[in-house]
Amino acid sequence: MKNLFIFFCFGAVAALAGALWITRPITVDPETFKSIDSDASAGELVFALGACASCHATPGGEKLVLAGGREFTTDYGTFIAPNISSSKDQGIGTWSQADFFNAMRQGTSPEGKHYFPAFPYASYARMNDQDIANLWAFMATLPASEQPSEPHRLTFPFNLRATVGFWKALYFRTAYVRPPAENERGRYLVEAIGHCAECHTPRTALGGLQIERWMAGAPDPSGKGKVPGLTPAQLDWSEGDIAYYLETGFTPDFDSVGGSMAAVIDGTSQLPSVDLAAIAAYIKALPAIE
Amino acid sequence: MKLILSLALTVVVASTSMVIAGGHDGNPAVTARKAHMQLYQHNLSILGNMARGNTDYDAAAAQAAADNMVALTTMSQAGYWLPGTTNAELGDETRTLPAIFGADSTARTIGADLAAASVALAAVASDGLDAVGPALGPVGGACTACHRPYRARN
Repeated sequence: MKNLFIFFCFGAVAALAGALWITRPITVDPETFKSIDSDASAGELVFALGACASCHATPGGEKLVLAGGREFTTDYGTFIAPNISSSKDQGIGTWSQADFFNAMRQGTSPEGKHYFPAFPYASYARMNDQDIANLWAFMATLPASEQPSEPHRLTFPFNLRATVGFWKALYFRTAYVRPPAENERGRYLVEAIGHCAECHTPRTALGGLQIERWMAGAPDPSGKGKVPGLTPAQLDWSEGDIAYYLETGFTPDFDSVGGSMAAVIDGTSQLPSVDLAAIAAYIKALPAIE
Repeated sequence: MKLILSLALTVVVASTSMVIAGGHDGNPAVTARKAHMQLYQHNLSILGNMARGNTDYDAAAAQAAADNMVALTTMSQAGYWLPGTTNAELGDETRTLPAIFGADSTARTIGADLAAASVALAAVASDGLDAVGPALGPVGGACTACHRPYRARN
């Protein structure tokens, strides 16, 4: 009996070790992108559309000082955006380009740990090498802040970064959700850089996107209010209405954007009209989901 | 002339508030400010639909709408932006967030920005669509600057 118990314990430990190994943080091969010439000025638009400042700028602070501190209340506890300014002590000023690619593509930190998916790397992972390199170059030009990052306040077991490995195994898919049809650019802007689904798609109890309800709207993570759905079942705007909204922040009846979507419009308002039209076409082509 | 316009708009806001208030037992301050916001929206829609090409440009109508915006921004709203009338106290009746009455609220500064943008809009409203479109941007920007921190999601 005793031997059976020992055998069981050994098996359980071995299974856990195996699972942790399988779900370990993955890193990218730096050889694949080291020859890319980055363009900081082109990265400014990527930065704007990625809405990096909407999470990482200190509330009430300068938009281009990515000192962090914004809190995100969720069912798992409170995430606090870290300092990702160019500070060498408090920010990401000592990162290499490979570190940045690991964060954006794999959700893996320079210390080899999983990032929590409150950082939407599951969407950013679809970004092309050039855009990530350009973004990296632009962010290096932004001011440093010496404001220390605060630790997340998460409940057990969600505070264990190792659990993110299991989340990744379940939900981290870099394949696009929608077919490209004739609008590959729109799909890229929405599903990769714009990471629209991160808010507009409901999540499972474990925080994975419910792909079968893609863009059908979701409860606000704070528990108050809803993030509206964008499928034809929820949104009857024309392509022109959508493009104008993304450009100006005005709805078709000339209410103006507010809340967290305002930061998104900060970015989309800088896009050329052809990109706005591509996003609008993508949204109009979504299947209706009640 | 501007005084007459302001008085007329005050009457419109007040009567609109009464009509809306007559339909339910809402908080009168909330009803009044919603009416004020609806008038902003109505006048912006006249200009915005011209800018978008949804309606033909009409210099007189554009000027009237822009003048209304100026008049609306010069009206005192002190009577209906009252502490105790936010969604914290009134729930779904209003989307106004308590932060608008906080010590560090920027609402007054944003209001001044909206007034200045409306004056600039009115100065060019009769000059054609090429002038109206760009002048609408700062007006919308001021609206968003207030909605972003002080209006709750639906």
